Amino acid sequence: MPPEVDAEDNNCGAHEVTSSPTPPPLPPRRRQPSEGPVQVAPSQSKPTTALSSIDISTLSFPDGSRGTFSTSATRAVSTPNASGYVTPSRDAAAGSDLADSMSVMSFAPTMRPHGDLASLVAGGLNRKSRAWNLLRSQTETVPPFERIELGAAGGLDGFEREFDAIPDNATDDVRLAIFKSKMKHYMILSSAGKPIYSRHGDLSLINSYMGVVQTIISFYEGADNPLLGFTAGNARFVVFIEGPLYFVAISRLGESDSQLRSQLEALYMQILSTLTLPTLQKIFVHRPSTDLRKPLEGTESLLSSLADGFTKGSPSTLLGALECLRMRKSQRHAINNVFLKIRSEKLLYGLIVAGGRLVSVIRPRKHSLHPSDLQIIFNMLFESGGIKAGGGESWIPLCLPAFNNRGYLYMYVSFFDERPDTTFPSESSQEPGASDNDNNGYDGDDSKEEDEIALILISPDKESFYDLKEMRDKFAAQLTKTGYLSLIRSVAAEGRPKIQAIAPGTQISHFLYKSRANVQFCMSSLLEPHTAPSSSTATAAAASDTADKMLARRRLMTLYHELHAAMHAKHAHLKVLHAVREDAASLAWITPVFEFYCIAGPNVSRAAMAQGANRVIQWAKREEERLFIIGGGVF
Amino acid sequence: MADSNAPKPSSSVKLVLLGEAAVGKSSLVLRFVNNDFQENKEPTIGAAFLTQKCNLPTRTIKFEIWDTAGQERFASLAPMYYRNAQAALVVYDLTKPTSLIKAKHWVAELQRQASPGIVIALVGNKLDLTNDEAGAGGDAEDVGAEESGDARKISTEEAKTYAEEEGLLFFETSAKTGYHVTEVFTAIANAIPETSLKTARGPGAAHAASRTEEQRVNLNGPRDSNAKETCVC
Ligand SMILES: Nc1nc2c(ncn2[C@@H]2O[C@H](COP(=O)(O)OP(=O)(O)O)[C@@H](O)[C@H]2O)c(=O)[nH]1
Ligand SMILES: [Mg+2]
Repeated sequence: MPPEVDAEDNNCGAHEVTSSPTPPPLPPRRRQPSEGPVQVAPSQSKPTTALSSIDISTLSFPDGSRGTFSTSATRAVSTPNASGYVTPSRDAAAGSDLADSMSVMSFAPTMRPHGDLASLVAGGLNRKSRAWNLLRSQTETVPPFERIELGAAGGLDGFEREFDAIPDNATDDVRLAIFKSKMKHYMILSSAGKPIYSRHGDLSLINSYMGVVQTIISFYEGADNPLLGFTAGNARFVVFIEGPLYFVAISRLGESDSQLRSQLEALYMQILSTLTLPTLQKIFVHRPSTDLRKPLEGTESLLSSLADGFTKGSPSTLLGALECLRMRKSQRHAINNVFLKIRSEKLLYGLIVAGGRLVSVIRPRKHSLHPSDLQIIFNMLFESGGIKAGGGESWIPLCLPAFNNRGYLYMYVSFFDERPDTTFPSESSQEPGASDNDNNGYDGDDSKEEDEIALILISPDKESFYDLKEMRDKFAAQLTKTGYLSLIRSVAAEGRPKIQAIAPGTQISHFLYKSRANVQFCMSSLLEPHTAPSSSTATAAAASDTADKMLARRRLMTLYHELHAAMHAKHAHLKVLHAVREDAASLAWITPVFEFYCIAGPNVSRAAMAQGANRVIQWAKREEERLFIIGGGVF
Repeated sequence: MADSNAPKPSSSVKLVLLGEAAVGKSSLVLRFVNNDFQENKEPTIGAAFLTQKCNLPTRTIKFEIWDTAGQERFASLAPMYYRNAQAALVVYDLTKPTSLIKAKHWVAELQRQASPGIVIALVGNKLDLTNDEAGAGGDAEDVGAEESGDARKISTEEAKTYAEEEGLLFFETSAKTGYHVTEVFTAIANAIPETSLKTARGPGAAHAASRTEEQRVNLNGPRDSNAKETCVC
């Protein structure tokens, strides 16, 4: 059977490569004349991506190891098969079996494979990633597959309207057209087919779509092969089934299946956070046809702000890690100590968060905080307007599913007033509160809510509001008196570090660094002009424009998603990946200590990127105790 | 009129807002506390706690306001908010009949479970959506829903009769225009019996203060209290 090529995928010449029976010629690598002759196929009018392993001899590792990778790997550039770590470990015979099954599967929905086929096909979960495709395209034995390409500019056409609501007053045809123009959909329905949530369109508009989705999913549910995902046109559908709930993500943004699945899992966590697992189960045991919208009342805006965060591109979700406010170790320590000293007996967790970045945590020795629980809290506080809409202090019953999915905790939230001397912001003043930024108002950069400093106090005792409020008032007074509140405010206002301050002269434009042991990450400022290498120079000039910023962030995050997917593909065992495409070059590097991803302009050489990477990583090592919260205040 | 210069006794009053979701509870609070209004306000999560002072001629009332989200699943938490409350604002949306039914349930629950002396105000919100001349001063008590463009679904008469039967204060308001919002809170402040007021000592004082009060207040309507008083906040 001939390998399938997605006929709709015509925005990029690269797909011809994948249907070629021989390894594709490499695109020219610029500014590296010493590399020898390069072939350029005439048909490859737009060579978008090239992969090569990196010359690792220029790298040293923060954990002290060095030269872990063979330098001979550089030759793998022209013969990728020779390189064990660039090519997924598949033998040729299995590969050709795979060619058949996969070409079938490009028509049919993806099914969970059986037995040892699993180990072969599972890697294909990430197959949509451009980097992954390119990886495979260099291997004769790996078949081509349906691919979803994001053209450098065209692929994100209309993205600036992605979050606009579908107007109520338009005709159904117009509304459906707008619905279909969205690049990302999230839907939740019950296994009985009752619609629960859709990011776009009211449920009456899209009821029939929900019905189709439910039919398709249930068709496979009886069988041994539950439906995991399928492709229709240029959209990837990923299905996640959790008990009585079906979650569906539909993406035209090129995310991998596992990335989409983890986004759906986060939506499920939000539902658990609202209801708790026993309640959810009870509802459906008693009445499988229950309309879950009523019990979930008020959760919709939280689901939407989570979903929009994913669509805009969230480093935190991608890396499964949280971000801290960079601060001197001694200062953080001092704040922790104040925090511990005024701690109420009723307290379980105490957190200070500035602009979505963690400043200080205190917790019982036995319990640490799980990133997915923090994601729920941060989304509630900083992405959704619900808490700020309340206007004062908040008292919120919520379940933190990773902590305990069976019961509620009670969360006290207070935002510190912008006026530095205010210790009792709950005492309202006549001046109107800062206007809520509505969900559509996008500010996907460092300027985001810099001045929003929130105190979060969590207790298992639902009667503890006044105790925690008292704790907050004491804490606010102490923080103000000692000057730490203004310190936090000014550090937060500085924003994330500029890459030129970290590694002056480097050609890297942006990076993500995840400390694996701490499950925390840091990144450089998103505001710098080269953050989104773009073919249009006007983009950088008009970067102040919200839509451009949103687009720039999405482009950047799409690249990171591709890199991440390639690095985390099952059996890939990649440690270093260097990819060049028309509009950008990128580098990923994973060791037991860290995950590092960076982006540079398309003409930046590997050597320059590796050198920049090295400097950033050394900086992160040096600054580890400032960048990350290690341990926190424990009681 | 309030005299803001003379030192006056000040008391904390715990007030809870109850009612179906989206009737405008948070909007009423926002209008009262910040004199602001937002279209398309996001739903409250959990409950919000706010304070606002209200100056009466003889004393200052510091409202400690619990604005609840009013969601079904947290109905079991409601007692924590109305326990020891001296006042409750039960809100319905006068363009939405189900919201009055819900409001009546809340009134019944408060009468059964809350402090016996609790002052309850029934508030029909979103008056600006009706053809009444909201803000012009007239109460327009007999405007029918038949009039074209009028979104009113609950007549003033119906709600008012119910309020009188139950001994509740009654107002129709618009958080959007601000019509009658301050009046609601002033009427409540005036209706709180002196005996149930204790001097505020700090946050949570109202919470602790009202445990002993026993008397039951019966009110015949808003016009009995000094509804002309305005809050000087
Ligand atoms: N036209 C009009 N809309 C209102 C009024 N009060 C609230 N709203 C709107 O009704 C919606 C729900 O209001 P909200 O205060 O959140 O209701 P809550 O759930 O009871 O707190 C929001 O979109 C408000 O803008 C009002 O007096 N008139
Ligand atoms: Mg509300």
